[in-house]
Amino acid sequence: MSEMTATGRLFRTTAIKLALIYLAALTLASGAVLVYLSQNTASVLREQVVDTVDAEISGLADQYRIGGIRALVATVDARSRRPGASLYLVTDFAANQLVGNIEQLDDRVLAGESGELQRVIYTPIGGGPRREALARVFQLSGGFRLLVGRDLQEQQYFRSLLAEAMRFWLFVLAALGLVTWVFVSRRVLKRIDAMTATSRRIMSGDLSERLPVEGSGDEFDRLAIGLNAMLNRIEALMQGLKDVSDNIAHDLKTPLTRMRNRLEEALRSDLSGDSKAREVLETTIDDCDALIRTFNALLRIARVEAGSSDASFDEIDVSELVREVAELYAPVAEDEGGGMELRVTDGLRVSGNRELLVQALINLVENALKYARQDKGEGARVELEARAEGGEVLLGVRDHGPGIPDADKERVLHRFVRLEASRSAPGSGLGLSLVAAVARLHRGRLELDDAQPGLMARLRLPAAGGADGAVPAGGD
Amino acid sequence: MRILIVEDDKEAASYLAKAFREAGHVVDHAADGEEGYDLATSAPYDVLVVDRMLPRRDGLSLISGLRAEGHHTPVLVLSALGQVDDRVTGLRAGGDDYLPKPYAFSELLARVEALGRRPRQREVETSYTVGDLTLDRLSHTVTRSGQEIPLQPREFRLLEYLMQHAGQVVTRTMLLEHVWEYHFDPQTNVIDVHISRLRAKIDKDFDRPLLHTVRGAGYTIRDSGRA
Repeated sequence: MSEMTATGRLFRTTAIKLALIYLAALTLASGAVLVYLSQNTASVLREQVVDTVDAEISGLADQYRIGGIRALVATVDARSRRPGASLYLVTDFAANQLVGNIEQLDDRVLAGESGELQRVIYTPIGGGPRREALARVFQLSGGFRLLVGRDLQEQQYFRSLLAEAMRFWLFVLAALGLVTWVFVSRRVLKRIDAMTATSRRIMSGDLSERLPVEGSGDEFDRLAIGLNAMLNRIEALMQGLKDVSDNIAHDLKTPLTRMRNRLEEALRSDLSGDSKAREVLETTIDDCDALIRTFNALLRIARVEAGSSDASFDEIDVSELVREVAELYAPVAEDEGGGMELRVTDGLRVSGNRELLVQALINLVENALKYARQDKGEGARVELEARAEGGEVLLGVRDHGPGIPDADKERVLHRFVRLEASRSAPGSGLGLSLVAAVARLHRGRLELDDAQPGLMARLRLPAAGGADGAVPAGGD
Repeated sequence: MRILIVEDDKEAASYLAKAFREAGHVVDHAADGEEGYDLATSAPYDVLVVDRMLPRRDGLSLISGLRAEGHHTPVLVLSALGQVDDRVTGLRAGGDDYLPKPYAFSELLARVEALGRRPRQREVETSYTVGDLTLDRLSHTVTRSGQEIPLQPREFRLLEYLMQHAGQVVTRTMLLEHVWEYHFDPQTNVIDVHISRLRAKIDKDFDRPLLHTVRGAGYTIRDSGRA
């Protein structure tokens, strides 16, 4: 079975398509050239025969006119003894052969119309197999007949030579096609497959991978070297980005830490009980914490979006993950007078980073809880679902709040975007940006749909072990 | 407890030393990685508080050096790098806990005290008792005044963690990390909700509350009735 799919894969590649098209075109073109060649040479040869025969006949006719039958016989006799001579035959009125190099001939030939070029079968002088020739028969005065012709063996030999060449050429083409096939499947496809596998590993986060270079200096090597240079550059840039964000983290967090420390210390040592001062200190600490949280979220988004090459991926049971998150948050929803509904298909697995997926799910659930609350009257109802759909795993979180207007759905995924309606609620406007970044890192996406009422936020992730993600084990 | 702070930022270090001393601990300070390593290997400390980015010797190499030498003193890593993967590398290097900067001192104190107490308690006890409340780890039962209290598995683990650190302050993030194994800052009062459910089960029908809220820090379980 794997053999079949390998062949199927071979047929789908551009290289093999090109090879087949090339082969077909070449066969057609060379066939046409051969046909053209054989027809042209045949007609050239025929013309040559006709010219020779005509020249000889007129020459011999002159001999006859001048010297009579005696001169003709002598000339023909002399000519027919030359090597590579034409065919000659002179007969008298009773069809007796007087001279010539033909042993036997069909009688009808001599009896036929005078001057016509015709195909004759004859036996040469001295016996041997019957042969084919083109000849003209000419009637001379006095009942004599003169036949001059040209043997066709040369032409036939030439034609069979062409046919032989044609067969040989077709064989060469077929062999060429086979060699191309083997070369393409063995070498080109293998290298393309190796490159594809490597680039997939690189995309899944391992930036230190490089494409294989064989050292043969062929176009694949040149391509690999070029791409590797690009990867080096990208890796350096990413490392630079990481260093910058680490330094920012260090240099900005140190003063923030000092600030928070001092505030805490002031709060602790101020035991005199000035409630006003205490309140100021406490709210400042809260603001400081909000600043820190926003800052952390931003750094996190930046690193997730940078492909977070050091976030390790494992195969994760997301059904279990959704249940855990639901268990953690169900009491919160219940305390709001609502509840959490759960529809989870068991055993859904994705390849991902647990921490980031949990963070994304929790952001969605906290969002849902926050906006479900705005729906006055009944309690906060949040629905969580997890199911498989066509090679993808869908994680959905739905609330019954006011939802997001269509026009804003794209916008809320950007950083710091908060809709007017939620300005008063706490939050930084980074929650959905982080979810979207986590989705992208996992080669999935975040979809926001109108649940009427409420918002349905869906995280679509490629299922683990799916046909697409699987790299063929061994084999190749 | 005897605590060693390895931190290059002078102000932060002196603040930490002062605050730990106020909390009743003995504190030493090292300003760089080499000095920290020398101190940590020459004197017995209960807990090391190590900054990650240090001059002369990086915090993580300091820790892995100590571990390679066979020192098992609990280490808390303080770092400006607070991402999950940073945390993982910190813990892999041999750190026992990881606290990203900036931190609340109450959080740091709670974690350091939890770490300092751990070695003597680890895995030896099969049951914990606070006042008349007993948690049996083997039979998974909780009783108070001889009366069995049914708990959900997660509530059991919550109570178990609190009782493991009885008398100490346990913060919300510590609970989230150890009971749920999540590392994030919740925007909602999700931990408070779980605590109040647990409290309703273990304290509500009894005269003396055991589970207390420590303002601005977290929770603690202790029997303060007779005090």
